[in-house]
Amino acid sequence: MTSATVPGRGSITWTRRRRAAAAVWKQYWSSTQGRAGLIILILFFGVALAAPLISPSSGLDVTQAGGPILHSPTAGYPMGTDEFGRSIWTLFIWGARVSLAVGIAATVVAVGIGTVVGVVAGYAGGRTEGGLMRVTEWFLVIPFLPLAIVLASVLSRSLFTIVLVIGITSWPGIARLLRSQVISVKERTFVERARALGAGNSRIIGRHILPSVMPLIFANLTLTVPIAILSESTLAFLGLGDPLRVSWGQTLQASFDAGATSLGAWWYYIFPGFGIIFVVLAFTMCGRALEAVLNPRLRDR
Amino acid sequence: MARRVFAALLSLIFVLTLNFFLFRVVKSDPVGSLFRGRNVSPEAKDRLRTEFGLDKSLPAQFTAYMGQTLRGNLGVSYATRRSVGSEILDKLGPTLVLVGISTLLSAAIGVLMGIKAAWQRNSSFDRGSTAASMLTYAAPDFYIGILLLAIFAFWLRWLPTGGIENPDGGGLFDQAKHLILPCVTLTLGYFGEYAIIMRSSLLEVVNEDYLVTARAKGLRDALVRRRHAVPNAVLPVVTLFAINLGFVLSGSIAVETVFSWPGLGLATSDALRGPDYPMLQGLFLVFSGAIILTNLATDLIYGYLDPRVSTS
Amino acid sequence: MSTVEAAGTRGGVGPILSVRDLHVSYETREGPVPAVRGISFDLGPGETLGIAGESGCGKSSMAAAVLRLLPPEAVVSGEVRLDGEDVFAMTPGRLRAVRWTEAAIIFQGAMHALNPVWKVKHQIGEAIELHDPKVAGKTRTRVDELLEQVGLPARRAEAYPHQLSGGQRQRVMIAMALACRPRLLIADEPTTALDVMVQAQVLALLAELQTDLGLAMVFITHDLSVLTSCCRELAIMYAGRIVERGPSHQVFVDPRHPYTRALAAAFPTVGDPRFRKAPLGLPGDPPDPRARPGGCPFTPRCPDAQSECSAEEPNLRVAGPGREAACVLVGRTR
Repeated sequence: MTSATVPGRGSITWTRRRRAAAAVWKQYWSSTQGRAGLIILILFFGVALAAPLISPSSGLDVTQAGGPILHSPTAGYPMGTDEFGRSIWTLFIWGARVSLAVGIAATVVAVGIGTVVGVVAGYAGGRTEGGLMRVTEWFLVIPFLPLAIVLASVLSRSLFTIVLVIGITSWPGIARLLRSQVISVKERTFVERARALGAGNSRIIGRHILPSVMPLIFANLTLTVPIAILSESTLAFLGLGDPLRVSWGQTLQASFDAGATSLGAWWYYIFPGFGIIFVVLAFTMCGRALEAVLNPRLRDR
Repeated sequence: MARRVFAALLSLIFVLTLNFFLFRVVKSDPVGSLFRGRNVSPEAKDRLRTEFGLDKSLPAQFTAYMGQTLRGNLGVSYATRRSVGSEILDKLGPTLVLVGISTLLSAAIGVLMGIKAAWQRNSSFDRGSTAASMLTYAAPDFYIGILLLAIFAFWLRWLPTGGIENPDGGGLFDQAKHLILPCVTLTLGYFGEYAIIMRSSLLEVVNEDYLVTARAKGLRDALVRRRHAVPNAVLPVVTLFAINLGFVLSGSIAVETVFSWPGLGLATSDALRGPDYPMLQGLFLVFSGAIILTNLATDLIYGYLDPRVSTS
Repeated sequence: MSTVEAAGTRGGVGPILSVRDLHVSYETREGPVPAVRGISFDLGPGETLGIAGESGCGKSSMAAAVLRLLPPEAVVSGEVRLDGEDVFAMTPGRLRAVRWTEAAIIFQGAMHALNPVWKVKHQIGEAIELHDPKVAGKTRTRVDELLEQVGLPARRAEAYPHQLSGGQRQRVMIAMALACRPRLLIADEPTTALDVMVQAQVLALLAELQTDLGLAMVFITHDLSVLTSCCRELAIMYAGRIVERGPSHQVFVDPRHPYTRALAAAFPTVGDPRFRKAPLGLPGDPPDPRARPGGCPFTPRCPDAQSECSAEEPNLRVAGPGREAACVLVGRTR
């Protein structure tokens, strides 16, 4: 085991880490779930990023809509039109941007807060840990949707609010997981050795604990994003989304309010809805494949 | 056990405090928004403010709020002018019926599926059940509702499109018909979790030595499974069930909206439109309280069921 | 349905356990992995056989095979006869009747071998009532009787496994194993997870029960020193085969196989966990069952390896009265 204070050890550790990462990748790719999930994600992200090139954002403007009202899919409008005559295909790809972006941003917030709290709690122990975990528990009992509703109703309705709300309600779970992981890593001998060699706290956390915990964080990321996307769609459906932005959830809300179900305008709700389903499925599959790689016990399931 | 009850109380106090401060963040004047569009003299508004206690200092307001809430006074709904408490009590029944039945159904179906999937690992049933679980998990609850509504209520016209009963009909049978779609929606949304957890729990148990001991004693496979494997594997599921109760309650908000089911969920999305702040506050309290209570109940039940916890 | 009978009163003077050319391999994604490669031995009523070897040599697979307790991915061939009856030819019903009443098995680490959510009295009681439903009302008396036999107070029957110490749990396992008065007891590493002092107690208990009840016993362990005191006959296993066999005292004092020599020379120091796993002075690791080179599997670690050792795997050859060893050096002057 390379020591933390010997100069020049950087290259050894990094080669080792790179090799480990390559092995992880190879194993991940061998799983059909992982492959399928990743390909689907790349497709969706690609479409979302390329939205401005595919279909101009003016297509979202209600006043500029030129298509037939609530028409089923045709060659010109592959996903049909909404009650304003806008192409649902345009709504779909631009909505993808928002849904995906919010999902990722909220996850970053949640994982960020959760990691900091979890690592500090696990590492510090004692009263700090006790206090932090008590706060974590309080946030855990707060039901997501009611809190989201309350916050969204008192704050302005914007993407920022949504990201904030999802982030605030999701971080406790991650904090708890990370804290127990940090505790188990903390007890391991190589940390003791590093400390005996005189390594300070920040060094131990940064050089030893974080890298061990990183795979867990990563696997959690892939499993938290779908939750965030689902949450955003529910919030948007209830009318709490940013009224100026189109997201898949918001399109679903519009379709419901327009009575698409009773009018038989299936294209209005099928496409955005299945967009959500596919993206969430893809993330979940990637997450499971990743988990199987990082935790060999799960591989034979 | 006393410690857990105490912790639950602390959580409750935290929720109450949060509830109070969240709504004080509202910059707009509550009294002002009450009379939107109506011409009321400033003196009348001031009088109302005094009446609502809004002219006092923040700490004084907080104490007043705490005192009132603990006495059961949750304020008056902006929209209906009835007390929030009675509004909530009215809407509680339908939600409890919907949530209760679907939770029981999803738990039962999920657990049975999980058991079969684990015992026939990697069979087509196992793969199918995992796929179904992942699929229903990937769809937002309200979306499952929309799809079911579109298919069964509008296209096939087998079931009603919303509400709890026909305005000119009524009766238990009619209500039951209205219950079907929202109930199926919630059940579909949550069974997957039970199936997956039961399956993985059972798989972990299956590798335990005490099952080999049980077989070595001469027990039939079915008895080994029923008497030794399942009681151990079911523990995490019990926890999940009790925890889910609290969450399904708030999860029903979207589904009740889709089906216009007159419960707390629909009340919430209606209150959003005002925004009817007293209602929102009261509902938030009820939802959070439910979760705190069910968490406490879970802890206690689990402690009772798992001898490793109850006798330590 | 088998009835519960006292040990030793059944007729027949043949061996209570007879194993012939037993092979066990496991199906894995990389192909079949052999664990037991042709084991044969006989055990008469009331006799004791100790089986020693390192982890992975196949001893536990062999023990499980006797009562057909292997997992579904195991492939078994050969013959096992319990009191003359072919175990592999038994119908499932007959097998279940025979289990526990003819032969019982004790596992190591009784923490996991006992069901954590059942009380002791129910676990032992289950075994009793399963094979003799008429006993229903008197189960509790029998449970207390059994606990007394293993030196536990009757009130322990009300306990859950996690409330007992390691030694107590092992005693419960023994009590449970004796519930249906079997004639054969297979003990698979019963003392491995215990402290040395408790180990001695459990060993003494087993030896006492064996004599009192006239049990035939197969005692499996990787700690050679434990076997010499309680077993008449000793068999040393390596890489899935028996490499030496004979009266235990002789095998221990005058080993004929280089592996046995190394095992016997490794006098474990009391309390040092290092010596539980590998004999001192034996370099290298046991061979990986997936990639075994031809010839005698011990060659890479053998201090007396000859050139012909890597060519062909030696069979057991006579090394003295009642003794056998599978080594080319047997019979030659050293």
